[in-house]
Amino acid sequence: MSILVNRDSRVIFQGFTGQHATFHAEEAIRMGTQVVGGVTPGKGGQVHIDRPVFDTVQDAVTQAGADVSVVFVPPPFSADAIMEAIEGGIKVIVVITDGVPVQDMVRVKRYLIGHDAIIVGPNTAGVITPEECKVGIMPAHIYPKGRIGIVSRSGTLNYEAVEQMSELGLGVSTSVSIGGDPVNGCDFLTLLKQFADDDETEAVLMIGEIGGAQEVEAAAWARDHLNKPLIGFIAGATAPPGRRMGHAGAIISGESDTAQAKMQRLAELGVSVVQNAAEIGKTVHYSLK
Amino acid sequence: MNIHEYQTKELFRSYKIPVPEGGMAHSANQALSVAEQLGGDGWVVKAQIHAGGRGKAGGVQLARTLEEVQNHAESLIGSRLITRQTGEAGRLVNRVLVEQIHQIDREYYLGIVIDRGTQRITLIASAAGGMEIEEVAKHSPEKVIREIVDPAVGLQDFQCRKVAAGIGVGGKEIGKLGRIMKRLYRCFRDNDALMVEINPLVRTGEGEFLALDAKMTFDGNALFRQGDIADLRDFDEEDPKEVEASGHDLNYIALDGSVGCIVNGAGLAMATMDAISLYGGRPANFLDVGGGASPEKIANAFRIVLEDPNVKVVLLNIYAGINRCDWIAEGIVKAMAELTVEVPVVVRLAGTNLEAGREILVRSGLDYIHADRLSDAAEKSVEAIREVVA
Repeated sequence: MSILVNRDSRVIFQGFTGQHATFHAEEAIRMGTQVVGGVTPGKGGQVHIDRPVFDTVQDAVTQAGADVSVVFVPPPFSADAIMEAIEGGIKVIVVITDGVPVQDMVRVKRYLIGHDAIIVGPNTAGVITPEECKVGIMPAHIYPKGRIGIVSRSGTLNYEAVEQMSELGLGVSTSVSIGGDPVNGCDFLTLLKQFADDDETEAVLMIGEIGGAQEVEAAAWARDHLNKPLIGFIAGATAPPGRRMGHAGAIISGESDTAQAKMQRLAELGVSVVQNAAEIGKTVHYSLK
Repeated sequence: MNIHEYQTKELFRSYKIPVPEGGMAHSANQALSVAEQLGGDGWVVKAQIHAGGRGKAGGVQLARTLEEVQNHAESLIGSRLITRQTGEAGRLVNRVLVEQIHQIDREYYLGIVIDRGTQRITLIASAAGGMEIEEVAKHSPEKVIREIVDPAVGLQDFQCRKVAAGIGVGGKEIGKLGRIMKRLYRCFRDNDALMVEINPLVRTGEGEFLALDAKMTFDGNALFRQGDIADLRDFDEEDPKEVEASGHDLNYIALDGSVGCIVNGAGLAMATMDAISLYGGRPANFLDVGGGASPEKIANAFRIVLEDPNVKVVLLNIYAGINRCDWIAEGIVKAMAELTVEVPVVVRLAGTNLEAGREILVRSGLDYIHADRLSDAAEKSVEAIREVVA
């Protein structure tokens, strides 16, 4: 097992024929991901990198059996593309696009109610289940297969953690970056619940950052329900208040938003908290003993 | 993106949200003529800067005569106002807002935010106007009324009545206040705002509501469809280096330490800064070069970081995913050839095309400090400063 995606996932790319989507679709295929086509309105019926192009998500679902979508559609049209995927019956929607307006995501989240889909992102590096399926922009070769589940906001800090873990012989069951936006498709809690039910995942690493309360909410749930070690890190201990640190959501608006306050709450809730990002791998390793 | 109070109030007027009569002035003479046109026997002169805490810092002055209006404007315009939000350097006042004074009966707080917990637009109101809402929420949370808006239908009348009642407004004023709430909601939604705050919203002696102070923040990601709002951006209110960096598609925030940081990805950039601090150093900046960093972009990042005279060492930490270590290395070589780099440079590369990147650096014969890991990189940067100082 794994979470969200595996070797049976049937993946499409929205905004398929664009430069970035093309590059990352080829990378995904190289890793063995089942890419069954893509959507570019107006180009339906064409063939792109040996895969069919559809005009609508609906067509991709009915004709190619798609159940996972990777969205590369530019910000002005992202919300529309996500809602099309939800309505079309896609189960996992990974939104790579950076710069989606916040109020668009508020409307998307409203539209999601009553539908059986999970949105990852926007502004995410995506999801990878090593050796099975890659729906994102991360370098697949650094992710060894293993038994640690990862959920992070950041992409590159996720890579950093994976490198430290693999030096100690630890691999990844599934890794998910949820993105740095203040209103995002799914939160840490949603994914912790999935990891809790996944037999292949032995421990979970949660990499958060300043701003918001998602990490603390997830840890509060985990204390009573996650029967595996939870390791946590919060980036931004040196960030000044009131400034957006690259990610739209990484901003200290109040005392509870600081890295120090969040790490303290996590520790109180029983999370093995990493103080130094250079020691993420070690802390995961110790927590398994 | 933030705008000035006078700009927010102009926007409010177009939504029929009541604001005091007033006008903006660039000089003492202009301030005088605004006050003359307004008439009456009392005015307020307010410094226009993008920072809170103006009142306590002397940026809001009452005037009983036209001469006082002129004097206050004279002393404010061109001065640097230091508030709790500006830092020691303060902020240059380029303009003031001159408004009529009103007799105030009651002060309320009315605001709208995007609440991160519910991920919905949320109306916030309180009868404790004029105070910071965060403080009210901390000490007497029962005084803060919140109403969550369903984006499918928007803010409803019954919700406005609930909020009005919650802050002790009754009678005919329930309807009056409700209309202001709905207009404020439309103003927030139409313009892709992230936050709007009327503090205080006052009830005058005549029983009218007025937005005495107004603050609004907009979603930078939505400016592509909010041209009128984008035009209100005041670059004088921003750090010129941050503006320059954003022109090169770099995300830069100046801090006050001595380790210049060049990193890819916001999370790794923050974690790198944190690590520097754990090893006893202090980061000079946050800088995210983003994905797909070309050699030119890296060179620009170097230049911007090195312009800071406090920088005693540069730490470059790149974990290449969609980036490529060979391009990053070319950027480093380019930057160090073009710029006079007089401080030590610590380079940590990892990820895609690592070997090719290292080879470029080694072949170039550049004088740099190699680091394999994040811990290494942070530690060596801090050591390098100690050596420079010694």
